[in-house]
Amino acid sequence: MKSFNGKVLFLDRSDINTDEIIPAKYLTEISKDALKPHLLEDLSLEEFNPQTDITGKNIIVSRSNFGCGSSREHAPWALEVNGIHLVIAESFARIFRQNTYNNGMMAVALPVETIDRLFSDFSDLQTTLETDLDEQIFIFRTADREEHVPFNLAGFDRELVKAGGWVEYADRNY
Amino acid sequence: MTAEGLISHEVQMTPKANGGYMGKTIAEKIFDSHLIDNPYGDIHIIRLDAVFCHEITTPMAINDLVQRGKDKVFDPDKIKVVIDHVSPAKDSKTALQGKILRDWARRHHIPDFFDIGRNGVCHALFPEKGFVRPGFTITMGDSHTCTHGAFGAFSPGVGTTDTEVAILKGICAFHYPKTIKIELTGKLKAGVFAKDVILHIIGQIGVNGATDKVIEFAGPVVDEMDMAARMTLCNMAVEAGGTSGICYPDMHTVDYLWPHIRTEYTSRQAALKAFQPLTSDPDADYEAIITIDVGDLAPMVTHGYQPDCVKPVEEMQGTVIDQVYIGSCTNGRMEDLQAAVRALGDNKISDRVRAIVSPATPEVYQKALDQGLIKIFMDAGFCVTNPTCGACLGMSNGVLAEGEVCASTTNRNFNGRMGKGGQIHLMSPATAAATAVAGHITNSTLYRKNT
Repeated sequence: MKSFNGKVLFLDRSDINTDEIIPAKYLTEISKDALKPHLLEDLSLEEFNPQTDITGKNIIVSRSNFGCGSSREHAPWALEVNGIHLVIAESFARIFRQNTYNNGMMAVALPVETIDRLFSDFSDLQTTLETDLDEQIFIFRTADREEHVPFNLAGFDRELVKAGGWVEYADRNY
Repeated sequence: MTAEGLISHEVQMTPKANGGYMGKTIAEKIFDSHLIDNPYGDIHIIRLDAVFCHEITTPMAINDLVQRGKDKVFDPDKIKVVIDHVSPAKDSKTALQGKILRDWARRHHIPDFFDIGRNGVCHALFPEKGFVRPGFTITMGDSHTCTHGAFGAFSPGVGTTDTEVAILKGICAFHYPKTIKIELTGKLKAGVFAKDVILHIIGQIGVNGATDKVIEFAGPVVDEMDMAARMTLCNMAVEAGGTSGICYPDMHTVDYLWPHIRTEYTSRQAALKAFQPLTSDPDADYEAIITIDVGDLAPMVTHGYQPDCVKPVEEMQGTVIDQVYIGSCTNGRMEDLQAAVRALGDNKISDRVRAIVSPATPEVYQKALDQGLIKIFMDAGFCVTNPTCGACLGMSNGVLAEGEVCASTTNRNFNGRMGKGGQIHLMSPATAAATAVAGHITNSTLYRKNT
């Protein structure tokens, strides 16, 4: 099973599309590793620098409709090869969300108020996150504080995460 | 293949608590007839009638299957394969993607593989070949797979892993479909097309307005639309987050499919009768029913960088553009080229623009040649390219430079989609043609003849 712990990258924008996560010109690559340097390279977001801001991050927190647009699985792959296995947002586009779980990664939706609070309390600080999958709790930590945020992982999504993805799950069950 | 029995449209009835039966949407009926398993909650594993593949999202699935020692296909006759996104190959990488797909199709004896020369934009080519039928379940590693809902199919775009499992096992997992019904009333004015309607709808409900839901297009406006127009509508369902677009099959559907189904049904009426259960029941349960009167709708165009940033063309009149692009799975069909030519008249394009038309399939290209459309485009100053997705996603055949603006009949105006730093205004083929003549965004009524 993949790790869902580590440093948090806050992306304060809605409707971040898969063209922004990984531009189409890199879809000619046939290895996931080749996508690594190009993650979020075309993201329209002030003060975001893909060259410096992604390094060492393992979790993204963002706003609504994350991953909209193209069905390209290169988007979650580009996250995966950069060590980002978990995206937390207000909502997700369906295909991106499914692609994420299909790779044994997680895309977890939280209520708007919770996302607002995470942005206001944590986005300016060095924040880490620990995921307790069994209890379904995210533990956000900074140097001097800690917050427990419950989340809900549906049964099927949990099985995909445990199995390592949809190919593994489908092969075992169908 | 035998007559009416080829596709079963028998509808399973769900008992209501108070007796009688609950009404169902067309998407629910299709789901119920394809159910394999219901492992958790509303997750349904469904059987797929067709799995479509192209060279951008399938090669990674093929490579993974090979690596896992599972290089098999569930049914070579149900897998349809095309090289369309970059065609012909533009470099070694795209040549390799084509080669992986081609070699795979050959070693698994997949009969319907469309190589360079016989290839077209998947969502135009596969319906044209008769691979889409009412009641089908279809997936493809391409978000605009929702196009095929125009035929009364459940047809969601998926990713590469879903495609991998689909290739291997012919199944896919979905939440049980919730549906938003969009009832279109009124009568479209001359110069207003399905593209204007769908842009207007997305502008109304937003890029997130139909996430995780099927969009059912119905009402007198849809009843009158030909299949090309319905495909344009359904094509952009995903731009509102929709899982699939869907229309009820009717005589337009039967007429379009007739060359491919004539051996399966004794008459068109018999085919229609077989398809008729594929409609939503009057008491079906919808997430929302939205009625939109499109009688007063004007030609629409996008501004900004999301497909829900939509305005009447009038309000964008005069916006200077550098390139015009007519083509794609949204608007590269014969009817689209005809509408563009009507708007073009015998005018030349403006000196300050370059214009590109890409017929979506070889058949469209051939018909456009036979009917003199290609000559009209060329005389006007258009570059006519072979069928390919190319410019729509900034891959080839019309990539923008930084700061350039394109008037395009495609489906996405994301920042940099057609080339980093380039801007796209989405519009109908008629508006795009008129814009090519003017050199700035303008209404096709200024140029249109014979409407």
